[in-house]
This record gives sequence, structure tokens and C-alpha cells, in this order.
Amino acid sequence: MRRMFASLVNLNGPGHFVHWGFIQMSVANLVVIGLMAVVFVAAILIPFRGHGGRR
Amino acid sequence: MTTIADKPDAVIDLPEDAHQLTAKVRHAALDALPPGRLMPDRQPAYVASWIYVFGVVTVAALSVVIATGMVLAVFGPAWWHESPTGLFVNSLHLWSVEVFFFAMVVHLWGKFFMAAWRGRRRATWVTGVVSFVVSVGAAFTGYLSQQNFDSQWISTQAKDGINSTGAGAIFNVTNFGQMLMWHIVLLPLAVGVLVGGHILLVRRRGVVPPFAETAKKGRTDTAPADTAPPFEPVEAAPAGDRS
Repeated sequence: MRRMFASLVNLNGPGHFVHWGFIQMSVANLVVIGLMAVVFVAAILIPFRGHGGRR
Repeated sequence: MTTIADKPDAVIDLPEDAHQLTAKVRHAALDALPPGRLMPDRQPAYVASWIYVFGVVTVAALSVVIATGMVLAVFGPAWWHESPTGLFVNSLHLWSVEVFFFAMVVHLWGKFFMAAWRGRRRATWVTGVVSFVVSVGAAFTGYLSQQNFDSQWISTQAKDGINSTGAGAIFNVTNFGQMLMWHIVLLPLAVGVLVGGHILLVRRRGVVPPFAETAKKGRTDTAPADTAPPFEPVEAAPAGDRS
């Protein structure tokens, strides 16, 4: 069971960071920001379906 | 003969009581938010957008944050670090915060590109943005209140930044007791008041119409009329319908 729910990413170790000039950001935070951007675009583009299939 | 005891409502709104604070507050509240505007059955068709779902998700996540935080407060740090149930509730507290910020940022981006402050909705926009900023502080003091090496590391890293602003004199991130009080009393209260005010303002002013809707009518002022509902009924569609 534990193996089933084990993290998909090996978290036993130092974090990974990206450097861009004076900006330093963890890869984890960068992934979350990317996901937010993807979800934002999806929220704009995907039609909002009403109840009972009425449009 | 009818007496006041037979008609309890008769004791409300007597002219001689109009000067009372309760009467004035009641009238002001009913003028600002009549029941039909406070809890409307219908919304304009343009509210059928996923952007508003993320606003609701933000409020739902905040409810879970507060509920799990209360459970953590009851049982304490030894429980949330060692008990399997405590670890689970601790994780619920963390992940509901992640969902809270994720949904709030998507909602904020959407409202920014809609210029949602149009039409006397500046207060709605400002309370939303300030809620975000205050929530960052609430999350930060939460990380400082974990009672583990992570919180020690964060506090010692943060102290130099905070001290460089001068705020360290009254906001000492290495003072655990002070950070815990900020996290469980002051900042949740502030977030609750701001989010509650934000929701009431959304009801008061209505949802901002899209640019196309405004241009079609040749309106320069997108402010809602002072009478409920805050939109024109002909545009109304049942909540959730795209029509």
C-alpha cells in the first residue's frame, strides 16, 4: 500500500533549482507555476457546461 | 383588539425608534444588500465561466484550511508529527493551502484580464488582492509554526530579510510564540474578514460584464443599477447555464 502511494518523484535528496540571472527558483515551484498557467488557459478556453446538458 | 404581542413584527421600524443604532444598521444593510441581491437565484449568462469556479474553490479550500487548523490546535504538535491521524490532518492542512493558493491565483489572473475593477468594483478587486497578500503572510507564519527543523531553517533564513526592512523590531520571525499567534489568531481573522467582505461586495456590485457586452450597449459606465438584481433580467440564465 505504501508503495502504491509513494511519491512519483524521489524527494530524498537536495532540491533542484534553476538560476536565471539574480532569479533563483526551485523546480517544484516552477512546475506549480506552469500548472497554474495551463489550468488558467484551460479555464478560459473550455466551455462551461450547464446543468442537465442545457446550453 | 390586536396587540403588539399578537404581531411581533409591529415592534420593528416604529418611527420613534428610527434614531437607534440597530435601526440605522438594519436599514443600511437592507439598502446595500436586499435579500434578493444577497442570495440571488439567477446570474447573468456571462457568469458561466470556469474562472468563477476557481473563486468558489478558493473559498472551499479556505474552509478546509480553517477546519483542519482547528483540529491541529486541539491536539498539538506531538500529535501532528507522530500520530498517523495527526500526520494525515497535517497533510490535509498543507494541501488545502496549496489548493487555496492555486485556485486563488487562477481566479486573480482571470479577473485581472477581465479588468474586474470596472464599474465601481474597485473595492471588490482591492479586497481580493489584499486577501492574497495577507494569505501569503498567513502561510509564511504557518511554515514558521510547524515545530520542526524546517520551520527553524525558514525562520533563520527569513530573519535577515525581515530585519532589513525594520519590521523585525515588532515582527520577530524567530519568536515562535509570536509567529504562532499571528498564524492562528490575527492573520486568519484578517483573511476571514477580507474574504467575507469580498464575497459581500461581489453580491453588492454584481459580476463585471465582459467588454463585448459593455461595448454592445454603448455603455461607458458598467456599474450596476442601485436596484436589485445587479443585472438586467432579460440576460438572466439559471445559475450554471450557458444559454
